[in-house]
Amino acid sequence: MTHPFLALTESDREEMLGTIGVGSVEDLFRDLPEAVRLGRELELEPALSEQEVFAHVAALAGRNADASTELSFLGAGMYDHYVPAVVDTILQRGELLTAYTPYQPEMSQGVLQAIFEYQTAVCELTGMDVSNASGYDGTSVAADACYVAKHATGRDKVVVTEATNPQVRQVVKTFAAGFGLEVVEVPHRNGVTDPDELEQVAADAAAVIFQQPNFFGCLEPAPDICAAAAEAGALPVAHVDLLSLGVLEAPGRYGAALAIGEGQAAGNFPSFGGPHYGFLAARQEFIRRMPGRIVGETVDTAGERGYVLTLQTREQHIRREKATSNITTNQTLLALGGLVYLTWLGPQGLRELGETCLSLAAYAKKRLEERAGLGPAFAEQTTFKEFAVRVGRNAREVVAAAREQGVHPGYALGRDYEGMDDVLLVAVTERRTPEEIDRLVDVLAEVGG
Amino acid sequence: MKLIFEKSQAGRRASALPRYEHLPGPSELPEDLRRAEPPRLPEVPEFELVRHFTELSTRNFGVDTGFYPLGSCTMKYNPRINERLAALPGFARLHPLQEEDGAQGALELMWRLQEILAEVTGLDAVSLQPAAGSQGELTGLLLVRAYFAARGEGDQRRKVVIPDTAHGTNPASVTMAGYELTPVRTDARGNIDVEDLRGKVDEHTAALMLTNPSTVGLFDENIDEIQRIFHGAGALMYYDGANLNAVCGISRPGDMGFDIVHINLHKTFSQPHGGGGPGGGPIAVREILEPFLPVPAVVRREGGDFGLDYDRPQTIGKVRGFTGPFGVFVRSYAYIRMWGPRLREMSEVAVLNANYVLARLKDAYDLPFDRLCMHEFVVSARSLKKQHGCTALDVAKRLMDYGFHPPTIYFPLIVPEALMVEPTETEAKETLDAFCDAMLAIAREAADEPELLKEAPHHRPVQRLDEVRAAKQPVVRYGFEEHPQAEAEPAPTATKAPTGV
Amino acid sequence: MAAAESYPDDLKYHEEHDWARVEGDEAVLGITWFAADALGELVHFEPPEVGSTVTKDQSYGEIESVKAVSDVIAPLSGEVLEVNEQVVGAPETVNEDPYGNGWLLRIRVADPGETDALLDVGAYRELLASQ
Repeated sequence: MTHPFLALTESDREEMLGTIGVGSVEDLFRDLPEAVRLGRELELEPALSEQEVFAHVAALAGRNADASTELSFLGAGMYDHYVPAVVDTILQRGELLTAYTPYQPEMSQGVLQAIFEYQTAVCELTGMDVSNASGYDGTSVAADACYVAKHATGRDKVVVTEATNPQVRQVVKTFAAGFGLEVVEVPHRNGVTDPDELEQVAADAAAVIFQQPNFFGCLEPAPDICAAAAEAGALPVAHVDLLSLGVLEAPGRYGAALAIGEGQAAGNFPSFGGPHYGFLAARQEFIRRMPGRIVGETVDTAGERGYVLTLQTREQHIRREKATSNITTNQTLLALGGLVYLTWLGPQGLRELGETCLSLAAYAKKRLEERAGLGPAFAEQTTFKEFAVRVGRNAREVVAAAREQGVHPGYALGRDYEGMDDVLLVAVTERRTPEEIDRLVDVLAEVGG
Repeated sequence: MKLIFEKSQAGRRASALPRYEHLPGPSELPEDLRRAEPPRLPEVPEFELVRHFTELSTRNFGVDTGFYPLGSCTMKYNPRINERLAALPGFARLHPLQEEDGAQGALELMWRLQEILAEVTGLDAVSLQPAAGSQGELTGLLLVRAYFAARGEGDQRRKVVIPDTAHGTNPASVTMAGYELTPVRTDARGNIDVEDLRGKVDEHTAALMLTNPSTVGLFDENIDEIQRIFHGAGALMYYDGANLNAVCGISRPGDMGFDIVHINLHKTFSQPHGGGGPGGGPIAVREILEPFLPVPAVVRREGGDFGLDYDRPQTIGKVRGFTGPFGVFVRSYAYIRMWGPRLREMSEVAVLNANYVLARLKDAYDLPFDRLCMHEFVVSARSLKKQHGCTALDVAKRLMDYGFHPPTIYFPLIVPEALMVEPTETEAKETLDAFCDAMLAIAREAADEPELLKEAPHHRPVQRLDEVRAAKQPVVRYGFEEHPQAEAEPAPTATKAPTGV
Repeated sequence: MAAAESYPDDLKYHEEHDWARVEGDEAVLGITWFAADALGELVHFEPPEVGSTVTKDQSYGEIESVKAVSDVIAPLSGEVLEVNEQVVGAPETVNEDPYGNGWLLRIRVADPGETDALLDVGAYRELLASQ
């Protein structure tokens, strides 16, 4: 019985074996030593038809409480922004979906031009000169930035603020071991980072990584942090939210050497954590140290404009053990989703989005205080679309109780930060309405301490 | 074709966002943090956006378009049911920080995929976390580091052995993991040169990194001896799973003696390649390495529930956010469930297809290794270059005129003018024959009309592109300053859709 | 326009395809036609700093084409007196004129005895023939 994913018929097989000059398919494996052959069937459940697979896997999907079945204010690095239908449309084009890395540029002008446009968009948003075609996610691009900084400065220490996403910090530490880098943290002071304290810690550091807005949703004194890092001779690396960059200043304009981050909020569904895309952009002087693919503009033999992968000598397939990174397959399709989304938004839309998130979050913060008596954890700080609120008792218990009423109120920070067991990180995107916020407030008023 | 930025007209836009007029406006942001100049994102209406990206897609060639035999990339058909499943809101709109009891379906899918991959690789424990093959490699090497550090042998074992046929990611990963590279040669039969190897493996060796079958498409006949050499010296064996498509259900890396394996979900297990990603690079390990795996581990608890276990004191840490690229797991899981134990047939047909194409081409091109191949093979255009001045590059560009994506060229490095061909199992005999006919025709053209190759491609949206210029004067983003607002658009030139098979 | 293949008689050669023109206590260094041809049109040269030291048989910089990158090996040890900025600005000069305008470094020779280890043109041509 044939299989839907095979075209081979009996007569095909006969002819082909004849051309090869062997008697059976078994003969093709004659170089495999007996000792390494499996010699039995794989212990896997029998093959399912498409409709059976659909039923089985859809049932698994049905056992998850996602944002379509539960009102969610979860953020903490992954956000429920509205993804317009055009993103799905474009990402399902088979010529893009099923192509691979554009090593043969004449076959791949679609992908190459799209990446060039993506690079342009990221540079525009971040105020940088060069962007790569994407990294894996917002955590690994931080490790990439450390690798760039190590080779650019020759130093073997990196500084990360405590107010940076805990997963970013953890991933940096994991890879730093292999890079031969020491990782030092600067504690947060009332929800933000003190630039003077940072400058002390950053002496002889290759890079300083900070997040803007930070993990608590608070706005850091970014220009001062960059100046402090530069004073210490370290590269300032800003980990930013693309969707904040319609209202917040571009890192390239306040002194950052590199701008990195998680792209998910711009055009990708949360999808239980992936796949998404990380972005990494830098000032011109770092172009030859950039990890990952870079697309450049050129002309063909007829003088027509076209696009190619460029500066490939940085990459693993040429420079091998001295490459700027081992990355090959990256996150092109998801980055393309980001480009489509940012094109759909446009500059006006991006600004409005930022303003709407600010308004809605401010409304939530205010109502939580007035109606539910729950005040912000860092009252003096300006926040963007997310803020930390004290809920009066163990935040995980509050989450459980709220979920019984169909609302997920946010992320319990006690998992990652000492002394914050009663603090919840509440994210408010443009996808939340004032009525939904009222519902959150009612529920927390009830289940809060 | 214009860039989206060149189609921008002030005042146009595709989005309309909800506005809440009655909400108090947000308080002013501090001036030094406020955006001064708006970003120059394109201003286009929605249908212009759709036209633009649709047109871009017509200038691209995917597996859906036609034959795409890139070596070691496994460009197989990507079943569409996978797309429908990954898009289900229960997956797509699920937040990774959802409480465990709200994510049981997702956790179960991951756990089941882990069990499947353990069976397929013949190993004991799996982490789905790494984002792609390269990240899987680096993770594997960090596991090696942690393992030897725990045994007090960390400083002693600084070297990783890599054959000269290795994909560039292997040595790049070695450096990123803080190891030194020991190269080993390949012999005339395409196996690792065991005599060369013997002298290079000792108590300073941490591991071997090997793909089997190798990048020349051949199964290493001495794999048993090799594993004895490495394990005998107390070192570990790392398997690069890029070529797993050749041996599923036939031979398992764990049984070959490997201790750590990374799998490329976007190769063997049908995650679409997306123009350069996403991928998935899960790793499977022998029991001795399980304590070092990234956190969290996806586990099945006593009561039958699924959960995330962070209590792994010896973990290397985290290599990627959350639990990995979950949407990729949905696709690969569904794909594998549609094969079950018949995965063996998938590999058998992959090997059959490759040998058939090899048999038809080996007289017209140079054959570096006279053996049956596995799921891919390497031929060389060396004679074509010597006799007619036509290189592997020229052959590749001329293949485009015949409607095929070229195979990989100039890799592996040990074969000059290499062409590495991997048809995969999802191609019909007619496609394979058409490809072979084209390759044979091109070999004849090289002799009779070499300009056809040298000036190829003739029928693509662009002709040969100047890569030297792109490297010398890198232009990596649109120059807004050099392109003041365009006047009314000239009539668009007709675009030819790519001619597939 | 790449130069035609040639290997001048008056140069000393290193087996990693580098040449040296000894001029008193100084030497001019570069890469041979063979190396330039193997790389293809050069797009980038990363030179050492003036005043730094280069060591015989060790890399002192990198040259790149579109498809490859290569260490440049010092045939002799010494102090870098001058870097050829013309090549830095227009790396393809090396392909056009590898022994003239395509020179890479001028050094003060640290140990004249080191020239004995280098190949003369005949020996270098033999090396090439055996490759």
